[in-house]
Amino acid sequence: MSMNEEFRPKIVAFCCNWCSYAGADLAGSSRLAYPADVKIIRVPCSCRVNPMFILRAFERGADGVIICGCHPGDCHYSTGNYYARRRMTLLFSMLDYVGIERGRTRVEWVSAAEGVKFSNTMNDFVETIRSMGKNVRLGDLRCKN
Amino acid sequence: MHGIGVFVCHCGSNIAATVDVKKVVEMARLEPGVVHAEDYQYMCSEAGQEKIANAIKEKNLTGIVVCSCSPRMHEATFRKCAEKAGINPYMVEIANIREQCSWIHKNIEEGTEKAVILTRAAIAKVSLNTSLLPGESKVTKRALVIGGGIAGIQTALDIADAGYEVDIVEKTPSIGGKMAQLDKTFPTLDCSACILTPKMVDAAAHEKINLYTYSEIEKVSGFVGDFTVEIRKKARYVNMDKCTGCGVCMEKCPSKKAKSEFNSGLNNRPAIYTPFAQAIPNVPVIDPTQCIKLKTGKCGVCEKFCQAGAIDYKQKDEVVTRKYGAIVVATGFEVIKLDNLEEYAYSQSKDVITSLELERIMNAAGPTKGHLERLSDGKHPKEIVFIQCVGSRCDESKGKPYCSKICCMYTAKHAMLIRDKYPDVNVTVFYIDVRTPGKNFDEFYRRAVEEYGVNYVKGQVGKVAPQPDGSLLVHGVDLLDGKQLKISADMVVLAAAIEPNPSVRQIATMLTASIDTNNFLTEAHPKLRPVESPTAGVFLSGVCQGPKDIPETVSQAGAAAIKVVGLLAKDKLLTNPCTAKADELLCNGCSACANVCPYGAISYEDKLIVDHGVRKTHRVAVVNSALCQGCGACTVTCPSGVMDLQGFSNRQIIAEVDAICR
Repeated sequence: MSMNEEFRPKIVAFCCNWCSYAGADLAGSSRLAYPADVKIIRVPCSCRVNPMFILRAFERGADGVIICGCHPGDCHYSTGNYYARRRMTLLFSMLDYVGIERGRTRVEWVSAAEGVKFSNTMNDFVETIRSMGKNVRLGDLRCKN
Repeated sequence: MHGIGVFVCHCGSNIAATVDVKKVVEMARLEPGVVHAEDYQYMCSEAGQEKIANAIKEKNLTGIVVCSCSPRMHEATFRKCAEKAGINPYMVEIANIREQCSWIHKNIEEGTEKAVILTRAAIAKVSLNTSLLPGESKVTKRALVIGGGIAGIQTALDIADAGYEVDIVEKTPSIGGKMAQLDKTFPTLDCSACILTPKMVDAAAHEKINLYTYSEIEKVSGFVGDFTVEIRKKARYVNMDKCTGCGVCMEKCPSKKAKSEFNSGLNNRPAIYTPFAQAIPNVPVIDPTQCIKLKTGKCGVCEKFCQAGAIDYKQKDEVVTRKYGAIVVATGFEVIKLDNLEEYAYSQSKDVITSLELERIMNAAGPTKGHLERLSDGKHPKEIVFIQCVGSRCDESKGKPYCSKICCMYTAKHAMLIRDKYPDVNVTVFYIDVRTPGKNFDEFYRRAVEEYGVNYVKGQVGKVAPQPDGSLLVHGVDLLDGKQLKISADMVVLAAAIEPNPSVRQIATMLTASIDTNNFLTEAHPKLRPVESPTAGVFLSGVCQGPKDIPETVSQAGAAAIKVVGLLAKDKLLTNPCTAKADELLCNGCSACANVCPYGAISYEDKLIVDHGVRKTHRVAVVNSALCQGCGACTVTCPSGVMDLQGFSNRQIIAEVDAICR
């Protein structure tokens, strides 16, 4: 465990502009701390997140990727988060198959008013990743066996 | 070749306290493409913007990164600044090192490290930015106001007075809303009807205002400047053109079992009714769930007595489609259901009432003609207990976590009015805190205590127990002297929490406007854009945005109106240029993208393409940039990856991923 406490994971969070990015801003202005390991990339909608981006992140050494969007039914573009949900369900099960465990990928719905939820989600996600340890790179997987 | 400038803001000490700004500048200089980096106390200030403009001109910068607060705060500011200095406004990226860095991290090393990485990602992105030009779209010079309470009426009047057409859609048979149900208003004790009904008349008579009462929004499509809305005009079963409003039908109607909504269910109304005598329009509606004729085919009394021949049992709902440039939500509130607060015995005793019910009892047009009496036996009460924060500021399993804001003041008003009219009545108020911020509010509350002798007790009520003799035993605690109190009351009045009108959820979904966990509509910025929704062209007025009293509602209504007028006054709107774009040469016209587009913005055209000297026509996707809102759903769906989103392109996002994971 002592190893894990020193381990600083790389975590990429894709946040939709309308809900989750605003939720992250609210977490910030409410001074609700979460680990600096989380780096946010702003996208217009969770449906903009191409599975390719997630694969790329793992390929480049990310230890966890989280996608945050508006709650189902509340998407600024009506239906974007439904697409994201389906795509990610499929992608995550594929990633699990190739050796990137389920715990390293997550989809969460965070509204613009849920600063507390954003912070709690990130704390929880980082804790999960820390307990899982470093990700075996996608690239390494290809070389072995 | 790129010439990127990086500008790091201290934001006073907001950023500089937990981020080593100089170090961020130093690290930014090492990034490829960066030819200039500097820091300044306040980048958004005039002096800060001047620094950016000067650097753009002197160093021939092609793109800039501003490391500062959230782009939701100042992206527009810095884009304008870049444009003034001569580069395309979309060559600007913001690294959010305040909300998402300095404010949440306490350790300066950690904060600096993260700020460096966020800056690196923004630099990587900006180096792939392209100049974008916004398109133009038209503005329909008409506004829609959803809700005809005081918020909606005031908004509509202000917009109409500025010379624009406004439609008010109200789901009940009359405009007026909750304010029409009130007897007196604090802190002046004006008669509510006397100040509201003239406004209702003004709205109805205004040549620019059109009322759709007893109507609901069914569907909304389009976007800012060009919304298309379907409005369902529910069947009134009364011809509005013929009805003279004489009221004979209501007198003669034999079905009088329905609870009067206007009197909070305290008395009955006929099946054909207007909610109240001053209703606008003064045309009754037939409640199809109560009307004997509509239910059984027999009766027809109202038709017989109607001299104008206005009754029409065959009337059907009608759906009208109208175009609007802007939409104002003014859907107001409801009092919460008290099912989870059984300790107050609301459902067990008729003499435990809500404050809104008391408002009707005190009103001369109410069920008791304004006489203060118990609803159970009609007796004059001698001992009244008011309980504050019923369902406000409480556990979410029982009520609402927020303060409903208006209860302290209306309870003081009720207590004062009762003591004034009936000095023989003892009034006790149980409170957690008395909150009276507002002009003349605290003076008002003090008058209730000092001049009218209202007994305020700090403490909560654990239980209201109805007794066999009809009295109500109130078990409370006085926190200030630590004593248990038992008061035998004749009447208990609950200051029940208010919540957004339940219909707001559905309306927000149709408008793609966001709502918070308590179902209040979210504003675009809590301080700087309080009457705008994050969805362009949608504005907020009244309690749908958060609890507020009448003067606040009226001022917010005016503010929403001026925002609408500002929008409608424009001839053209600039559209967001961050739209999807297909690569014609690679697109094979498979239709996958059009299937996921929520706006129908993608169509297909046959285009002549020269491929290795061969001329051929080729079916390709074409995005209508006026319709595209830039969600990006199509970009991920495209099997050949030729659909891309300008401003958030695949290459840009991958560059950010790489920079973060480096």
